[in-house]
Amino acid sequence: MIEVKDLVKRYGNHMAVDHLSFTVEKGQIYGFLGPNGAGKSTTMNIMTGYIAATSGQVLINGHDILEEPEEAKKCIGYLPEIPPLYTDMTVSEYLLFAARLKKIPAKEQKAQILQAAEMVKITDVADRLIKNLSKGYKQRVGLAQAVLGMPEILILDEPTVGLDPKQIIEIRELIRELAKNHTVILSSHILSEIQEVCNYILIISGGKLVASDTPERLEQSRKASMRLKALIRADRDQLEGVLKQIPGIRSWTTENGNEAGCLRTDLEISEGEDVRDSLFYALAEAKCPIYELRAEGNTLEDIFLKLTGENAENLNLSEEEFSEKEVAAELPEDSEETEETGNGGNL
Amino acid sequence: MAAIYKRELKAYFSNMIGYLFIAFTVLIVGLFFCYNNLGSYGWPYFGAILGSVSFVMMLTIPVLTMRSFSDDRHSKADQLLLTAPVTVAEITLGKYLAMVTVLAIPMVIFCACPLIIGSVGKAYYLTDYVCILAFFLMGSAYIAIGMFISSLTESQIIAAVGTLGALVALYLIEGLTSFLPSTAAASALGFCAVMLLAALCYYGLTRNWMAAAAAAGIGILIIGGLYLWNPEMFAGALPDFLNSLSLDKRYNNFTDNVLDVKSLVYMISVSGVFIFLTVQSVQKRRWS
Repeated sequence: MIEVKDLVKRYGNHMAVDHLSFTVEKGQIYGFLGPNGAGKSTTMNIMTGYIAATSGQVLINGHDILEEPEEAKKCIGYLPEIPPLYTDMTVSEYLLFAARLKKIPAKEQKAQILQAAEMVKITDVADRLIKNLSKGYKQRVGLAQAVLGMPEILILDEPTVGLDPKQIIEIRELIRELAKNHTVILSSHILSEIQEVCNYILIISGGKLVASDTPERLEQSRKASMRLKALIRADRDQLEGVLKQIPGIRSWTTENGNEAGCLRTDLEISEGEDVRDSLFYALAEAKCPIYELRAEGNTLEDIFLKLTGENAENLNLSEEEFSEKEVAAELPEDSEETEETGNGGNL
Repeated sequence: MAAIYKRELKAYFSNMIGYLFIAFTVLIVGLFFCYNNLGSYGWPYFGAILGSVSFVMMLTIPVLTMRSFSDDRHSKADQLLLTAPVTVAEITLGKYLAMVTVLAIPMVIFCACPLIIGSVGKAYYLTDYVCILAFFLMGSAYIAIGMFISSLTESQIIAAVGTLGALVALYLIEGLTSFLPSTAAASALGFCAVMLLAALCYYGLTRNWMAAAAAAGIGILIIGGLYLWNPEMFAGALPDFLNSLSLDKRYNNFTDNVLDVKSLVYMISVSGVFIFLTVQSVQKRRWS
């Protein structure tokens, strides 16, 4: 179990981590989500004792990371953003070094190394120099180092960066497997990845915790502000007459759709209402067929954008910076799609 | 500590630096040995030869120490060490001992030299072996200095050049101090300047100007008080003090057939102080 209490990290005038507090329970997969520069890596570096916080406390299984570093660090396996590799060693030499460093008893070292290497599938490169490996393999060697010795808590900073789609899926499965008897904390700015594997999400923005809950409850909490987008074949007056009769529709905008005679309608729904049924029947009665109906505003992505966006506004960021953030958050979604097709090809 | 020691030692021999260091040191000492001890001179003292080639260490030690901490920091491998259940002191000692082991290899080879001299004439075994020990301790002190400088920077080049500069300054200190005036007043002022410099360093490290100013103030008051009480004791004191820092000068005591325990302790202390400073510098970086 990890307790983070009122953590602050200040670099000069810049607050990298701003009074962050949370608790991590055993046997769950936690996802750290946030745009670039939100303080994810800094928080992880503090939790693992690589850097010290300006103020605040981190307790790992009740051991303070600064006061009892050895006891606390024994419980943690850490994969930093850039895997900490000695590139002049072979993979097996490196893992042996890591095993000794983690004070794994000499008798168990061999078996543990083999187990870790098999888990991340690097046994075929065991005798190669790390500097000659590809980025994906380097990442996996770093991951092997983190799982070595089966620490109770695994902290993984963007574990799937640099891996190909097939490997990403393998690593996700590995993380799920590990979570059966470990606590896993992973960070990512890729939302779909977090959504896929994590039971609990911590959204960080500007060094602050802006939301923390299970993915389902996060989605539900924002369902209230649902929007509907529809493509309806009707003329404007007819449509407005129908829409006026349906309770729960707060406001709407219409514009001409791409197809002749169709209107593209954007509906804003009052909180807690779901008007899809009544909308369908009302339009059917008026003989206005619905060509498309799509509910928006309840995906995790919108919540993420909203939460990190709100924070960005609080920080008085300029418009450009804000839109850059949106782009950054949207990009991964695209990569996820290509990833899926890539996997389909492989299967 | 053992894990880090083994890894570092192995690294020195997988990236050639260890071999180069040993080969270069043995080559230069071997040349001087052949020329002075075995050649036409037929000089029976090996310790003096080591003393005359101590400049070699100024060139080779920076190459040995430059990557010790800078490289880890540059490649981010230090994240592995600092998040593993080992203390910073263990990391530092592991690295230091690995470098000292590399230094010890040519020293073991040198142990054969007095025997070679003995086989062809009279050798002064005790003097020579104590000299080799002192030479080794001097090298270890240089390594500690180089390691400290390496821990300050991410660049191996800066670490190497910085260490070279520090070792050259230490080597030439005797010549440099001869430029200093040796009057009592000048020495007292010089000590005040040293005191201020130390306070500034302290401020730079801790950002605690109250403590730094208090330390500087008290130091200067004591120096001033002592000077007013007995100006005689300051005559030539600053040059003498700076000269006493020179490791090379202390080494020459041993070649004069003196078992100078004070100097041996001094060499070990220099290592100790710089190992301590290295630990502090690594710790400090984690806090800033």
